[in-house]
Amino acid sequence: MAKDWPLWEIFIRGQYGLSHRHVGSLHAPDAEMAVLNARDVYTRRNEGMSIWVVKSADITATAPDRKGPMFDPSNDKTYRHPTFFDIPDEVGSM
Amino acid sequence: MFEFLLRMGDNTLVLGHRVSEWCGHSPVLEEDIALANISLDLIGQTRMWLGLAGEIEGKGRDADALAFRRDAWDFHNLLICERPNRDYGHTLMRQFLFDLWHHERLADLCLSEEGRVAEIAAKCVKEADYHLERSKDLIVRLGDGTSESHEKMQAALEALWPYVGEMFTDDEVDTAMKEVGIAPLPSRQRPRYDAALNAILSKATLARPESDFTHRGGRYGTHTEDLGHMLAQMQFLQRAYPDARW
Amino acid sequence: MSRADLIDDLLAGRAKYSSIFNYPTLNWADIGAVGWLVDGAAIVNQVALQRTSYGPYARAMVRICKEESFHARQGYDIMMKMSFGTEAQKAMAQDALNRLWWPALMMFGPPEAESVHSAQSMAWKIKIMSNDEGRQKFVDQTIPQIEYLGLDIPDKEAKLNKKTGHYEYSDPDWSEFFDVLKGNGPCNVDRMAARNKAHDDGAWFREGLLAHAEKQQIAAE
Repeated sequence: MAKDWPLWEIFIRGQYGLSHRHVGSLHAPDAEMAVLNARDVYTRRNEGMSIWVVKSADITATAPDRKGPMFDPSNDKTYRHPTFFDIPDEVGSM
Repeated sequence: MFEFLLRMGDNTLVLGHRVSEWCGHSPVLEEDIALANISLDLIGQTRMWLGLAGEIEGKGRDADALAFRRDAWDFHNLLICERPNRDYGHTLMRQFLFDLWHHERLADLCLSEEGRVAEIAAKCVKEADYHLERSKDLIVRLGDGTSESHEKMQAALEALWPYVGEMFTDDEVDTAMKEVGIAPLPSRQRPRYDAALNAILSKATLARPESDFTHRGGRYGTHTEDLGHMLAQMQFLQRAYPDARW
Repeated sequence: MSRADLIDDLLAGRAKYSSIFNYPTLNWADIGAVGWLVDGAAIVNQVALQRTSYGPYARAMVRICKEESFHARQGYDIMMKMSFGTEAQKAMAQDALNRLWWPALMMFGPPEAESVHSAQSMAWKIKIMSNDEGRQKFVDQTIPQIEYLGLDIPDKEAKLNKKTGHYEYSDPDWSEFFDVLKGNGPCNVDRMAARNKAHDDGAWFREGLLAHAEKQQIAAE
């Protein structure tokens, strides 16, 4: 069985002010090559200002079967959003 | 100046075409894309150099006409650019030896007193900078990697070494270019090239060949057998259907 | 399942790839026709797949569709230049269209009744559109594009049904399709040989870079 290069997750920041976004993954022998490969695979159409690479194996994720307890409790808490509060028109936008 | 521009444009055209031959056949997907990008960069640079060459010549030939309607003896690229791909290590070594020269050359040309040359060089130098970063990295990694990769890179270096010296030979075209402030003499670049080369080779644990023999001729239109075959393929369509536009 | 496993499967002939890649590209117009027809057909499937229930696939499809759309447009641009060019260019364009039309129709897979996985995939909403629906969509969008180019439609029977608003078209030769799947297309052997050669020739390169990375890692620790 052939040995694969490690898998890397690629994050790219498009323009100043926006945060890095996950765009996909690729294989590379090490971090520096992952950055170079990411430049060639994911920024050919003027998408990038900055690249982050993270070894996929280093990412800890929530388990899909814990979706309920993890995320459902925040579903019904509308008072945590700014639109919960009515502000009179006279005071202007807020 | 026409001659000088042809040399710049023919280098990138011929090497760009060679590199494109790998498309779909590289050792790994990421490499395939990277190499195709380099090839496209080089062909894009060709458009600029040959475009300007056609303008200077003033006979109504555009970049396409110059690329597809000249025979081998009218090409003025360095011989190293037309050498066949052989294995992937050979291709990468050729790229590295070229990039190291090309990047420096373009950096010099950014200071050209001819505005249009400086402008093109400024666009190309950023691409060449990236090409060099990649090829440098790969040479170091593969030289150091396994004993097999080390041997392949050393063999490639030995095979291509006799084509390095041509980059630094001066002739009457170069002297003329120097006199009008368009481009410095190629020979001036050699010490910088050697210093950078030695540093990379030592990091890559590769031994610099001792011979200082150099093949030459490409810059005057005397080529290896490989160029004619390449042009036959590259120019087929334009030659077979000369009245068509694509 | 890693990429190495997927590539091993492909090289050993266990994995399937699109049957159209087993057809040759013979003249410059093929560069246009492949982009236009093959990627055009792929988009019909892939646009639908952006809504597939399988998340990772759906996300990848968004980016893939952008690329395919670029290819299709670039391909059509080549076809326009050739169809509106010299007689020889137009003949090349027609030749490429004639050869690729039927394999492009086959890309959607056999009719529902004969498709092995289709019903199951539809039930799971992995697949959003049936083979025949996709094919109809492709025919409907492509025939007017052929007419614009002034080329002949390779299917002599194709005609617009005014009532349904859809084109009626002839089936491709499905026995040819199954032959190609079995490995008997014009290029199956060459394509697989090329993939295997690239992979085998590149082994030292992949291993060399990995060995260097491992040495660096050990040195750092």
